[in-house]
Parts: sequence; structure tokens; C-alpha cells
Amino acid sequence: MTDKPTTTDQSAPVTELLDEPIEKARHPFMEAWDMFRRNQAALVALIILVLIIIAAIIGPSLYGRDPFEMVWAPFTPPGQNPDFILGTDYLGRDLLAMIISGARVSIIIGLAAAFVSVFIGVTIGALAGYYRGWVEEALMRFTEFFQVLPTLLFSMVIVALFGASLPMITFAIGIVSWTAVARITRAEFLRIRELEYVTASRASGARDFKLIFGVILPNALPPIIVQSALMVGSAILFEAGLSFLGLTDPNVVSWGQIIGSNRTYFLDASFTVTLPGVAIFVTILCISLVGDGLNDALNPKLRSR
Amino acid sequence: MNFLRVTITRMAYAALLLVAVLILNFTLMHLAPGDVADTIAQSAGGIDAEALEQIRREYGLDQPFIVQLGGYIGRVLQFDLGYSFFYSRPVTDLILDRLPATLLLVIAAQILALTVGVVFGVISARKPNGIFSHFVTLASLVGYSAPVFWTGLLMLVMFSLILPWFPVAGMRDVTIENGNIFIHTVDVARHLVLPMVTLASIFVALYSRLSRASMIEVLGSDYVRTAKAKGLKSNQVVYKHALKNAISPVITLAGLQLSAIVSGAVLVETVFSWPGLGTLAFQSIIARDTPTILGILFFSSLVVIVGNQVTDLVLRLVDPRVGSKK
Amino acid sequence: MTEPLLKVQNLRVELTTRNGTAPVIDDVSFELHAGENLSFVGESGCGKSMTALAIMGLLPEGIGRITAGSIMFDGQELTELSQERLRRIRGNDISMIFQEPMTSLNPVYTIGEQIVEVLLAHQSISRADAWAEAATLLDAVRIPKARERLKDYPFQLSGGQRQRVMIAIALACKPKVLIADEPTTALDVTVQAQIFDLLRDLRQETGTSIILITHDMGAVAEMAERMIVMYAGRIAEIGAVDDIIGTPRHPYTKGLISCVPHVLAHVTDEKQPLTEVPGIVPSLREFGKDQCLFASRCQHRTQQCLTARPQSVNFDGAQSADCWHAGTL
Repeated sequence: MTDKPTTTDQSAPVTELLDEPIEKARHPFMEAWDMFRRNQAALVALIILVLIIIAAIIGPSLYGRDPFEMVWAPFTPPGQNPDFILGTDYLGRDLLAMIISGARVSIIIGLAAAFVSVFIGVTIGALAGYYRGWVEEALMRFTEFFQVLPTLLFSMVIVALFGASLPMITFAIGIVSWTAVARITRAEFLRIRELEYVTASRASGARDFKLIFGVILPNALPPIIVQSALMVGSAILFEAGLSFLGLTDPNVVSWGQIIGSNRTYFLDASFTVTLPGVAIFVTILCISLVGDGLNDALNPKLRSR
Repeated sequence: MNFLRVTITRMAYAALLLVAVLILNFTLMHLAPGDVADTIAQSAGGIDAEALEQIRREYGLDQPFIVQLGGYIGRVLQFDLGYSFFYSRPVTDLILDRLPATLLLVIAAQILALTVGVVFGVISARKPNGIFSHFVTLASLVGYSAPVFWTGLLMLVMFSLILPWFPVAGMRDVTIENGNIFIHTVDVARHLVLPMVTLASIFVALYSRLSRASMIEVLGSDYVRTAKAKGLKSNQVVYKHALKNAISPVITLAGLQLSAIVSGAVLVETVFSWPGLGTLAFQSIIARDTPTILGILFFSSLVVIVGNQVTDLVLRLVDPRVGSKK
Repeated sequence: MTEPLLKVQNLRVELTTRNGTAPVIDDVSFELHAGENLSFVGESGCGKSMTALAIMGLLPEGIGRITAGSIMFDGQELTELSQERLRRIRGNDISMIFQEPMTSLNPVYTIGEQIVEVLLAHQSISRADAWAEAATLLDAVRIPKARERLKDYPFQLSGGQRQRVMIAIALACKPKVLIADEPTTALDVTVQAQIFDLLRDLRQETGTSIILITHDMGAVAEMAERMIVMYAGRIAEIGAVDDIIGTPRHPYTKGLISCVPHVLAHVTDEKQPLTEVPGIVPSLREFGKDQCLFASRCQHRTQQCLTARPQSVNFDGAQSADCWHAGTL
């Protein structure tokens, strides 16, 4: 027992500092990623989502069958003919080819419409939150006005009046979905603009533009990113709804449109509406899970628990 | 009376919103390719240019934008939303025919979604790590992720085809002739079940999720601790003290979702052939019946605005802080 | 001496966090006699409030639990009582007021309703009588125009008034013990004095024992007969207020006292330099270690302090301190 150096003299004063491991500062992105990885459901969802996106990009050329071509007897159920694993629709078109091709349109419109709505929402929310006063009053009244319009009906009207091209559909979805982003952005701006580092930048002579986009916006990003991820999901749902109603570009296939065009026969051949619906469902589910994961990873209030 | 003054201010604001909807409506009509004269010309099977000009003058289409807008708003205030050449009826009549069915569906679905959502949320918040809580989290993810028209079609396959419990389409059984009120009510209720549940499914997801989060937060609040320290019974703590506070954000969300519910109703009505504004919108879009489409947009906005007023009123009754100055 | 009203023995409360369990209260024992005022002192996070919540049976569900020890109150073992029996004691025999008067009242009910319901919960009394009683109580805590204010909502009251309402609620059923958890921390200085005056007067009128939790040494000197200094979930020093302030034995107590100039000026005449206790309270991970948890901040620490938990050293009668060097400092 004599080889223990610490027990030699119990009453000797200890003057050296106790060893405390100092945690290294890490890049916030790495920290968020670590947090995200802990959420297994979100991680699995992210992997599935990446697979769906890859399928949407290279799937059509890899699978090689034209989704518009009538290739077999209509209403062939899945599994009956190994050439058409998912069966055929009411016109005898290959359902798998349609779903793969539909992925591309659904995801592109989802992303583009989400971008439009985030762009509008962030701009309006940022201006309202930054300038306050009558600017805020006017912009928030404008936002409330858009909250009153039934979203789907309004986009139906736009598409019906101005034509069902993909850009018009994207615009019609984006123009009705930005209000939530605007409210979140405004709330964040109202909070952040009062913080010391903003005052410091202002005191050092930064212009409004620099303060809005260079100082406040980057710090307001976490909740906006989470909301944007969820926006992609709701835009895909929205596009599915429009194309289910037949308000879609007739020259392309999308998931909602497959369901819409087959729905008259769904009591006889329910797989023609069930399967494309599963594609939408899985995609949205994954986006929601990833959104939850992002929320946990980016929300510092939850992180400190 | 403070309460009365607030109510009047809110109503004046609602009226302003309605006028804004009208201006938007008219602008859209103005921007869209083709006007009423073209429509009439089409339905008449082609007219020469001079007759077209004649019609334009008759309808005031040669007037400046502002004058036309004023005329439009004036007419709408007299409940004149124009004439549907497709249905050969005034748009107001068409819409008033269909409005009750939509209101029934929307209100029933909203009440169902709120009730189930709040009950789910409260139960799962009391045991945040219990099995039921995980079930609610999962169910709300599923409910939110499924496209509502797809849910509707699956419902039909399940509960009309495989289990023939509910009718496939419509709002009433036309074969029932000399039924009394009771029979008709039961008939409509049977038709209502599937569309109502389908429409509610999305919003149950949202409401249960928010009620759960809100309830968990409130259950950890200082005043709930006070209520426990007073020695109140556990149910009193949860339902009297916590729930009345936790429900405010849920009511606010329900108000914000009104336009989404009306939108969802369009899809659900289409799936179940429910004779409301949604199916009318769907049909008039296919028929390119612009006055009817814009009339529906106006009326459904009106439904949302009135709904917002009701939400606001309920919120002020639940929480004394809302609407009174600090 | 008579049997104490409340007797806590070897109490241990563990808190489960993401990083495992930690004993936030570690081997705490004390007694409270009828009519006595006992104060708990220490920095935030040292287990004062947890002790109070443990007595109330209100430890955060699923996170904190009593793992050892006993809490005897009026002949009943509180740690073994059913939830229903505990509920009948809470707000009735033992009641509590909290640190945050701004958030401790339910914002959506009138203060009258909130006073009335505690009366209805514990007494067989009609609703009308309860409202009359509520007005009397509000009058007793010196809120003017009591009868009219009953219909006010909490947001219509100032912080000090809200704390008075909390006191009215706590005293409604004439409890034997009132636990006041930092009742004035969130209030203005002038209001603080008024609340302490009120508590002192009410105690004289009702004979209620008070457990005052605070980090305000001045308040302790004025209000309490005995005090307990807590540090990192353990009792650092316990004894009569005059003894401890006069001759603090634990270096932490010394540090706390030298933070407050006027306490010393009252008791002793020599002026000591005003200092602060350097460093911060150890994190939960450190709790429960077999060493003196104050060692990292103590200028007198020796090797012994880092390797073994100090034992209590008794000084003439009631005062005792948990420090290896208590006798020599």
C-alpha cells in the first residue's frame, strides 16, 4: 500500500488545479449531425429518402420502359406477370414505370414549390421582423389575407385560369404555402434583432441589407431549415392533390395523377390507387421524420436537456 | 364594454379581409385569358366581332378597371356573384345549394379532429413514455403523411367494399322516399361517417401532436406544481388546471387550419361524391366555368373568415388574457 | 424536549438524468419543532428545493425519487404513505409557496377561485362560505379591497400581490408547516421586506412552523431560529442561527456570510473584508463522490478532503459542521 503516492500525506495542502478535461469547440454543423445521428428513425428515413431521390434521377433510364406506352392487358394485378411486377393500370401501362417516372415530377415540383414558398416567406418575414412598425403591420396583414384563402382552391383557380404547365403549378403551390415560413421568420427576426451582437454590428455601421442577410438571417436559419424540410413534404402532397383532380401537365406522369386517372376503377382494381399512394406516403413519412430529426438537431433548447 | 369593443374591431377587420378577397377575385378574372363575352360567344356557338363588342358594352367590359371593380363589389354586396353559363343558373343559387353539405362536412370533421386530437394528446402527455404515447406519435405521423384522397379511397375499399358498412358515395339514399326526419338524419349520418373520418384524419394528427406537446409543457409549469401542492385530486390538476391552459394553442392552430380543412374538403368531397362546394369546384374547373370557380373561392374564404371569428371568440372565452391589455 | 413535528432522517433523493443517476440529496437529517422557523441556505442547485419537494411528495415524476431515509410528520411516515393520503396532507397540514409568484398562479382562473378550491379540497365547507373565507384570507395577507379583488385574474396583480395570494392559499387550511421556497427572490427589494414582515406576523398569529429556503443570509438572521447550510446535496453546517453567524465552522458558511456585510455588522462589531466564494457549485456528476464536494473551491483543502467524505463535528450542543478541518479553522 505504500506505492500509492496520493495517500502519503493526508494533511498536506493541495494547491495544483484539479484536472478538468476541456471539451474542444466543434463546428456547429458537426454538432448538429451528431445530434441527428442519434435519432435512428430520422437516419433510416434519410437513407430511404436518398434512395428515392436516386431512383427518381436514374430510375427511368435504368428501368427503360415508357410510362405512357400500353404494354399489356389493363388491370393486370401485381405479381401475375414477372415482367410487370406492380401490374398495369386501366390503359395497360406499366405501373412501376409510371411510379418511377412520377417520382421525378413529384420531387422536382416539391422542391421547386418549397423553394418558392420559402423565398417569399423568408423575404416577407425578414422585412416585417426587421423593420417593424408600419412595414410589419402591412406585411403581416398581407400574410393574414393569404391565410384566409383556402389554399387548394386558390391554386386550383390559378392553374385553371392560367394553364396547367409545371412552372405554373409550382408557382400556384408556392404562392399559397409561404405564410407559415413568414410567421416563423418574423418571430425569429423579432427575437434576434434585439440581441447584443446585432446591436454591435449596427454600432459598427453595418447597413440594413448586411444586417438582414449577413447577421440576422444566418442565426435565424435553424427553425427556417426545419420548416423548409417540412414544406417540401407538404408541397409534394399538394401537387398530388392537384394532379389527383386532373390539374396537371398532361405530358408528364405524377403520383397523384396516377391515382386520379385510375380512381374510377378503384373498386375493381384497388392496387392501381394503393401503390402510387404508398409511394407518396413513404416519401412524406420520411420527410417528416427527417424534419423531426433536424428539429432535434438544430433546436438548442432541446439539445441542452 | 371591452369585450364588445374588441368584437366589433375584429368584425370590421374581417369585413376588410372580405373586400380584399373580392379585389383578388376580380383581378384574377381580369388577368385570365378570355372574358364573359368570350364565354357567351362560345356557348352560343360562335358570334361575329360586332356582336361580341355589343355584349362587352352591355356587361360594362369596356369600362376602366376601377369602375368595373366597383361594379363587381357592388353586385357581390347584393349577393350577385354572376351567372354560370355552364349550369344556366345564378352562381349564388348554385353555391347556396351546395354550401350546407360542405359546412356539415367541415364542421363535423373539425369537431371530431379536435375532440380525438385533444383526448389523445392529454392521455399521452400524462405518460409521455408509455405505450399509448408512442402509439399517438406514430399514428399522428401516419395520419399526417398519407394524402387525404388516398386515405379516402382506402377507407372506401375497407368499409364499403370489403366490409359493406357504409355507402360508397353521395349524401343521401335517393331510394328512401317517404321517410320522416329521423330516417333522413340517420341516412345522412351514415353517408357522413367515412368522409368525416377521412378529412379528420389529417387534423387529428396535427392536434394530438400539439396537444401532447402543449400539455407536457403545461404539466411542468409552476402553476400546475402549485395545484399539486394544494392537494388537489390528480384529475382536477390535469383537467381543470392544465387542460384549460394547454388548449389555447390547439384552438389557435385549429383556427389557422380552417383554410386547410376547406381545401381538404375539396379532395374528400371529390372522392366520396359529397354534393358540396368541393365537387362543384371540381366540376366547374373541368367545365372552365370561371364565375362559379371565383364564386366558390369567395364563399369558401367567407367560411374561413367566419370560422376565424368564432375561433377568436372561443379563445377569448378560454383565456382571460387574450384581447385585454396588460 | 417534545417530539419534533417533522423529523427527516438520512434522506437520500436520486435524480435520473441522461448521464445517469445522481444523489441530489445525500444523507440529510434534521428536525423541525412546532412553531419553529428553520432556514435552509445555500447557492442554487444545492438541494434546498429538492428537500422541500421531497417532503411535499412532489419530486418530478419519473426523474426524482427517494431512495433511502425517512420523513416522519406528526406520527406518519410520509415516504410510505399512499398518493391519496399524501394529497390530503398537501395544502392542508403542510403547504408550500414558491419562488416565482409571476408563474405560480394559474393564469386562466380568478384568484378567488384559486383560494376557494383549496378550501373545498380539504374542508367540508359550502361554496358560499369558502368565498367568504377567501375574502378574509386575502384581507389577512393585506390586499386592500379584498372582496373585489377576488374576481381579478393573476395578470391584473403585481408580483408582490401575487405572492400574497400564494401565501393566502398556503395558509388557507391553517397548516402545521409552511415551506417557503425563496419567496422573495423574484421580487423588488422593498416588496421583499413587506413579504418577510407578513410571514413573520402570520407566524405569530397562527403558530405555524416555517421552513424558509433562501440564499439571503440577512433574511435568515431576521427570521429564523435555526439554520441549515447545504452544499451539493449535503448538509454542510447545522445549528442555531446566532451560533452559526457568530462562529461559522464550515469554510463554505464563512464564505456565504462574508458575502453579506450587514449580517456581520449586526452580530459582531469587527469589520471583515467583503469577499465572494470563488468557483461554482460542482456539476451533478460530482455529487455522491466520497470526498468533500466543496474541496475544489476551498482554500483550506488537503489531500484528505479529496479522498474521504467529511464527518460531522459537533460543537457545544446544537451546532455541527461537516468538514475535516472544522475544529481547527
